[in-house]
Amino acid sequence: MTAITMNRSAMRMLIDNKAFLALMLLVAVSAAMSDNFLTPDNLLNVLRQTSINAIIAMGVTFVILTAGIDLSVGAVLALSGAFAASMTASGLAPWLSVPGSIAAGAAMGMVSGLFVAFGRIQAFVVTLVAMTVVRGAALVYTDGRPISIGGGDVADAFWQLGGGYWMGIPIPIYLMFFVFVLCWSVLHHTRFGRHVYAVGGNEQVARLSGINVNRIKVSVYAIAGACAALAGVVLTARLGSAQPNAGMTYELDAIAAVVIGGTSLMGGRGRIFGTLVGALVIGVLNNALNILGVSSYFQMIAKGAVILLAVLIDSRSQSSS
Amino acid sequence: MALEGIGKSFGGVPVLQDVDLALHTGHMLALAGENGAGKSTLMKVLSGVHQADAGVIHLRGHEVRFATPRQAMDAGIAIIHQELNLVPTLSAGENIFLGREPLTAWGSIDWRRLFREAAALLEELEQPIDPRTSVSRLSIGQQQMVEIARALSLDAEIIVMDEPTDALTDVETAVLERVVASLRAAGKSLVLITHRLAEIFRMCDDVAVLRDGRLVHQGPTAESNEDRLIQQMVGRELADRYPYEPPRAGEVVLEVENLVAPGVQDISFSARAGEVLGFGGLMGAGRTEMCRALCGDVPRHTGRVRVHGREVRFTSPQQGLKAGLVYVPEDRKQSGLVLDHSVADNMSLTALPAFCGPLGLIRHARERSAVTHYIDAFRIKLSDPDQPAQTLSGGNQQKVSLAKALMPEPEIVILDEPTRGVDVGAKREIYLLINRLKREGKCVLLISSEMPELIGLSDRILVLANGLVSGEFQRDDATQEKIMTAAAHVATPMET
Repeated sequence: MTAITMNRSAMRMLIDNKAFLALMLLVAVSAAMSDNFLTPDNLLNVLRQTSINAIIAMGVTFVILTAGIDLSVGAVLALSGAFAASMTASGLAPWLSVPGSIAAGAAMGMVSGLFVAFGRIQAFVVTLVAMTVVRGAALVYTDGRPISIGGGDVADAFWQLGGGYWMGIPIPIYLMFFVFVLCWSVLHHTRFGRHVYAVGGNEQVARLSGINVNRIKVSVYAIAGACAALAGVVLTARLGSAQPNAGMTYELDAIAAVVIGGTSLMGGRGRIFGTLVGALVIGVLNNALNILGVSSYFQMIAKGAVILLAVLIDSRSQSSS
Repeated sequence: MALEGIGKSFGGVPVLQDVDLALHTGHMLALAGENGAGKSTLMKVLSGVHQADAGVIHLRGHEVRFATPRQAMDAGIAIIHQELNLVPTLSAGENIFLGREPLTAWGSIDWRRLFREAAALLEELEQPIDPRTSVSRLSIGQQQMVEIARALSLDAEIIVMDEPTDALTDVETAVLERVVASLRAAGKSLVLITHRLAEIFRMCDDVAVLRDGRLVHQGPTAESNEDRLIQQMVGRELADRYPYEPPRAGEVVLEVENLVAPGVQDISFSARAGEVLGFGGLMGAGRTEMCRALCGDVPRHTGRVRVHGREVRFTSPQQGLKAGLVYVPEDRKQSGLVLDHSVADNMSLTALPAFCGPLGLIRHARERSAVTHYIDAFRIKLSDPDQPAQTLSGGNQQKVSLAKALMPEPEIVILDEPTRGVDVGAKREIYLLINRLKREGKCVLLISSEMPELIGLSDRILVLANGLVSGEFQRDDATQEKIMTAAAHVATPMET
């Protein structure tokens, strides 16, 4: 295969991706309306601000691909972030505290997954409960007050994950792309990924094809939990402390990113690249409205309108094809 | 009613070309043809779902044009679509009168009248269904009857039935035949689309044959016969319809002893490698339930199953597959394929572990070559292995479903109604495939409600009734009559 045909098929994929077109349009409009938008500093800023939502949303994509939903990711972010902060404050190095809080997030997701798979309760209900319980646990754990990551070398090292730079680019951006490559590989190049699609496409078919449907379901919620925890680490590191009410309504931004990215809430159809683009659409929109000085109240309305528009375009192109 | 020069294209591909069709009052016309020949499209043009690009429709001497199904309905044309068009969560009665609910003087729904009339319609169809039952709790055959009741409730002059008997048992089909006879006597015109040739000759006055979107024959059924019809449909002569090969039966690979499971009361049998063991019986006799218990999809209560002499207890189809037993379900749309996923993804789903390296990474080249191999070997007609499975015709979908099941090289293959909704040409290819499995020394359990097919392909036939084995026949002494008698047998618990 030559480089030219590779490029051509990559181009085709981008053009076919409605979310990507929407993103380009949004970037063009933003650039036209403000000179401050298309500067390297601001673009890096957008990417950094997007990274947290993108990391959560990529995890949630797995869940939605199985026709599930996860409303608990915001709360999981808060509790895992609090764990990370207190571990760091007690002098635990990042290479221990970060995997530790990710494992905690995965475990929280796994519990939801177990109830969805074996308890046969609707994912919406299970994760709504998880959202409440985990948020409560975060308040109990932090006693309702922020937990500082403290000072010293260990805290500095941890802080780098949220506030640091490498080669002029913020660390969270690297983390976002690392998660993207990992998720993309898993979804498109492993048996597990194929099974995720199959379970969402038709559970009965998946089971008769010898797929352990329950195992897949538990796994996707664990993945969503792990991603939310990583986002919690990044947020905590950046702020230097964990807030008990961090990540409120983040689950809605994550779901919006997934949906804008063209993943079907009915399961079985969607791409991780779409989710990344969807998160960027939300990020660019927030940034542009800020630069233009639109009040935060109107921002919410504008955001809703854009999400609706993006999904409308996607559903129309789906039905016409 | 007459259709003249009807033409219809989809995306530049002509599906119907210059089709003339005449329909007489009180007559029943059979519309025959392979899948994809344009039968359903023609009927959709007739019923206003699609609009013809060319040609005219005359109704009682007047030219008519239907822009919507509603207009066709108002003109007295009712169609029973191939796909069930029922809302599963609503009751049978609500479905029958959906959109045309009888109202009280207050403008609210007149439930008593609705259910009373629904009950009367179902009674006419000899269906002991309570019209308040939710459709999701009815069998597929009963759902089809509800659909037919809905068409009757329209009091239409012209009724089109698109493969109505596909999901019906023989008993239900007989009921339908009686209903059809009374409709004809009442001067209604009927169109029947079916793959079952015997029905054409039993029920219809005229037959029209479509091939590749063109009408190749129309005439009285009395002047035709099954072989000639097949020839017209396929455009070539078919050799014998059931290409039977004698078995080279090997060792016993599957032994089932006193199997009890939901819907299965007590079944025992054994099957050999290189043998096709047929299962006959009426719908609800426990055949599908037996399959699902065997493959591990539903738990069995008691009984023993041995594969290669080793006792097994599958709690999931995954375990069944590991032991070399695969089940190809009857309902390929709901349990056979993920319809909106690609053909390739569907095909390799079951055998995926074989294409994976460390970390579960898929070896795409190896996967693709297996997929291409099976597409060629099973002669699956498609333009691209990445096209969604739902874009294929029924026969090709079924072949994909078979390829998916056979890719992991199982030793025991359970085929549940493998030719349902499949045209004559593809049917034959599936028969040849079954023979190939036999040659390769696989043990095939074949469930079929089409008796000639069952007799034509099986080495041995077990008949089930009420979850029990009510008869066993060797190939040589199996006849339709004997199987019917055994199937209708009101089983009493077997004496041991």
